[in-house]
Amino acid sequence: MLEDILKKHPQHEDSLIEILLEYQNVKTKRYITDEEVEQIAKYLGVTESKVCSVVSFYTFFSTEPRGKHIIQVCKDVPCYVNGSGNVLKTLEQLLNIRIGETTKDEKFTLEYTSCLGNCDGAPAMRIDGKTFTNLNPNKVKAIISEYRGVN
Amino acid sequence: MEQKLVSKRFDAINPLSIDDYLESGGYETLKKALKRDRINIIEEIETARLRGRGGAAFPAHVKMMGIAKEEETTRYIICNADEGEPGNFKDRHLMEKDPHQFIEGMIITAYAIRATKGYIYIRGEYDKAHSIIEWTLEEARKKGFLGKNILESGFDFDIEIRSGAGSYVCGEEFALIESIEGKPGRTRVKPPFPTQKGLFDKPTLINNVETFANIPHILEMGGEAFAKIGTQSSTGTKLVSLSGNVNNPGVYEVPFGVPIKDVIEKLGGGSKDGRKIKMVQLGGACGPIIPEYMLDLTIDFDRFEDFDSKTGAGAIIVMDERFDVFDVLLRVAEFFEHESCGKCTPCREGNLQLVKLVEKFINRRATQKDLINIESLARVMHHTSLCGLGQTAPTAILSTLKYFRDDYLDLIEHPEL
Amino acid sequence: MVNIKINNTNVTVEEGTTILDAAKAKNIKIPTLCYYPDLDIKSDCRICTVEITGQKGLVTACSTPVRDGMEIKTNSPRVLNARKTITELMLANHDANCTACEKNMNCELQTLANTLGIDENRFESVLEMQELDTANTSITRNPNRCIKCGRCVDVCKNVQGINVLESMNRSHEMFISPKYGRYLSDEDCTFCGQCSSVCPVASITEKDDTDLVWNALDDDKKHVIVQVAPAVRVSLGEEMGQKPGSIVTTKMVAALKQLGFDRVFDTDFTADLTILEEGNELIHRITEGGKLPMITSCCPGWINLVEQQYPEIIDNLSSCKSPQQMFGALAKTYYAKKENIKPEDLFVVSIMPCTAKKYEAAREEMSADGKNRDVDAVLTTRELGKMVRQMGINFDQLEEIEFDDPFGITSGAGAIFGATGGVMEAALRTVSEVVNEKPLEKLEFESVRGLEGIKEAEVDLGGQKVKVAVAHSLSKAKQLADQVKAGTSPYAFIEVMTCPGGCIGGGGQPYNTTNAVREERIRATYQVDSDMKLRKSHENPVIQKLYEDYLTKPLSDLSHDLLHTHYHKRRT
Repeated sequence: MLEDILKKHPQHEDSLIEILLEYQNVKTKRYITDEEVEQIAKYLGVTESKVCSVVSFYTFFSTEPRGKHIIQVCKDVPCYVNGSGNVLKTLEQLLNIRIGETTKDEKFTLEYTSCLGNCDGAPAMRIDGKTFTNLNPNKVKAIISEYRGVN
Repeated sequence: MEQKLVSKRFDAINPLSIDDYLESGGYETLKKALKRDRINIIEEIETARLRGRGGAAFPAHVKMMGIAKEEETTRYIICNADEGEPGNFKDRHLMEKDPHQFIEGMIITAYAIRATKGYIYIRGEYDKAHSIIEWTLEEARKKGFLGKNILESGFDFDIEIRSGAGSYVCGEEFALIESIEGKPGRTRVKPPFPTQKGLFDKPTLINNVETFANIPHILEMGGEAFAKIGTQSSTGTKLVSLSGNVNNPGVYEVPFGVPIKDVIEKLGGGSKDGRKIKMVQLGGACGPIIPEYMLDLTIDFDRFEDFDSKTGAGAIIVMDERFDVFDVLLRVAEFFEHESCGKCTPCREGNLQLVKLVEKFINRRATQKDLINIESLARVMHHTSLCGLGQTAPTAILSTLKYFRDDYLDLIEHPEL
Repeated sequence: MVNIKINNTNVTVEEGTTILDAAKAKNIKIPTLCYYPDLDIKSDCRICTVEITGQKGLVTACSTPVRDGMEIKTNSPRVLNARKTITELMLANHDANCTACEKNMNCELQTLANTLGIDENRFESVLEMQELDTANTSITRNPNRCIKCGRCVDVCKNVQGINVLESMNRSHEMFISPKYGRYLSDEDCTFCGQCSSVCPVASITEKDDTDLVWNALDDDKKHVIVQVAPAVRVSLGEEMGQKPGSIVTTKMVAALKQLGFDRVFDTDFTADLTILEEGNELIHRITEGGKLPMITSCCPGWINLVEQQYPEIIDNLSSCKSPQQMFGALAKTYYAKKENIKPEDLFVVSIMPCTAKKYEAAREEMSADGKNRDVDAVLTTRELGKMVRQMGINFDQLEEIEFDDPFGITSGAGAIFGATGGVMEAALRTVSEVVNEKPLEKLEFESVRGLEGIKEAEVDLGGQKVKVAVAHSLSKAKQLADQVKAGTSPYAFIEVMTCPGGCIGGGGQPYNTTNAVREERIRATYQVDSDMKLRKSHENPVIQKLYEDYLTKPLSDLSHDLLHTHYHKRRT
């Protein structure tokens, strides 16, 4: 799978972030392993240290296995003053995990995110590639049920 | 009170339809521009006195003229769509609601400075904007507004999208360039400036989405007419991102010079549930926090005496009396502590110490000494950090030390509690 | 030219000059940390901050060019407060257990803190202790001392083209290391040690082997001998407070005697021997149609690079061991037999300008009996300096003593191994005389000397014009290696040295090695050469006798057993 993605990108250093983003998005558990770092480094003709410096700099990339769905909750001021604390509390209770953890069934990972640029719909969260706004505990429950495939 | 230039098509056209855009006069300015003298276009922008809309407010024509004079013929143009400043979302609206507009501005600018290739750097969190722009570029290509020999003018130019991957500092121009080059987003030493040695070491022009969106309007109405909008120092309109505890949060376009209070009251419908406004943060996390009594201030680029940028990119975050200054300060400090690239000492180490000091106040462990230390540290960070992130990270603290000093004193006066 | 004012003094400097250089010209000292002469301007420590009249923010002197009419204050209260604050911030995230540190009293951060008068840190410590990297035989990395100045990353990436050290993570969690903080040996580190040479604190150092040597010296059963590399005699003086370029050969021998070594020998001797073996190998390859270009193999950092990244060109490497290992092999066989010492009672130490030599000596091939190391311990010039100080030796007052026989009789050709181009020049002195069968009119091959990155020369060998090249620093070496790999190399013979300037600029040399210092050490090296009676390796009578008595002739079977080796693809 990684090989197919690599082939699509020119063998230049500036493809690195695009490759990582594309690969991590399609990979189950959404993380980058050491072997993959090695493979990418070889393809681009850069050192593994260099690839690691990029992977560890950007928050989108993970070196730990994560859940099928990644839930990101905004913790910045506009969301905070509109009740993002309740959103987080609801999520932690619903999923029975703390922020930064993955559910036992490997379905969800709960993370903080910096501002999602949806402050006109605060509080907001992002699940995978989708942003949800104007959240309240009931809305959060409904969204999670949908992702769980219940109801 | 609103004056719509760059937001005039918002919700009036189908953003995915290039025909809608064409019918509303879109790409007409480009057609005319391609027949104009290149330097003449830059001069028109000079007449308009357009200043960058990304927060730094640098005169747009200076950067353009700088590149136009470079000997190197490979030149890049980058649209900075890495809108990561908390409380800002106007670029997202520009991209989602009228995507052709800023792209038209970008093509015109590229023509004026003879850029050979363009990049739009969109933050990774903007999934929807990303796919809209992808679609929009394809539509523009199909109609011959991008690609080889644009509209038979002999000008070749195309645009590639690059995605951010979760880093606020990549909104800083050199950090953004490094990110496009596939590196961690850490700024470079200036000089040389991007216009001299930018992306892949070639002359590079970087502008914000809103700056590019203004270009077609300036050429359409003429620089002189544009300069009549707004104030003497800040011409044109500003998209304001209004958020926090207001009834109608959203993006509003107003001429420069409008009082902040009017935006909150008249456009935003005032504070939610009629609560008293405690404070307002301007510009975003990097901006000053001011008390309610200062809301007569107008929206313009003029700066506060002691710390940078009042308007910034145009965010207004309203917080009502339920919130404490330190609740906000802690979030702001933690934000910068997380987003610092780690390159320069004052920002890397200073932001962590600011978090520790703010926590000390919150936990009522702060002493008079801590008050002196937090002020001194904030000032040193502001004066010595390598890039805008570190320089503006302490703005919230510096402004609250000035306008909410009692809140600090309250917490150190009772160390026994 | 532009006119500026620094601390109210008028200064006229060329346009484009930085504030730092302008101040230097007027002997005004602005403290720096991330700045290092000859490296990129990083401007990330922010220590060299200065104030410009009329400007609100402060600017860094290292990165800001002067403008006409600029008025600069380098020591205003605001500047001093900023510097102090920044230094305190660093110290709050630094293992400042100074007395337990290799660089105590020689540390740039400590000096800075002292100068600024920091007696109390206003900020609480945020240091989280991390594990040390002691997994390899050459270099130790102590992340708890790192101040993230970025010098090591710069030298590793830009000077050496290796890019093993990088910045990981971000914010205050940023740290400098190989991938995700793992060991240097998990990546293709060549152990060149240039990172340790430029580190302002002791975050990256050579692995300290001084205790190993003290123990051997203390062991009555051991006969402890030492060899000293050519580049050490022109740099050790700096460890002893002398100025760069001082030649301290005889005092160094005296110091080693005082430390208790039974015999003090000269690696110049086996450098001469290398020339005979390698020179004959070159002649053999040229006349018999062997693999060309032939590339020198005396530099262990370079060998590591080839084995890691250029396995395709391994056959281009000369099969010769390095002078250090030729010495070790001869010591444990020829010398041991001659002196009637059991090899296991013989302890061989070498003093090298190099950190990679520690790795080389530990390679399993480097063993004459297949069990024990030929060279038992390798010390850098810095470590020798440390031992001399530990002994309380008054270096300047030492008497002057010559190297011991038999491995103390050497030629100037062996001596110039320490400078970039030296091996090439030494080889050409011998090879051209052997092939052309007449003495050289001029011994000096000026075109291969000096600090230019890649140097070329053309020589006449038996009527045939042959092109040769010399590279120093690995980024330059890679350029030549890429040519060889692609089959486009126009050369017959290439000399490669890992470190800028050659061994005189080695990763184990005294701190503060800059190009200006390298120039001085190079000048001294050629001074050593021109002062010698013997200037050509093949005229060294002890070498001639060694062949007569023992090795028979260059490239003989015994030579191959003892003095040559094989290289292969590997990860360090």
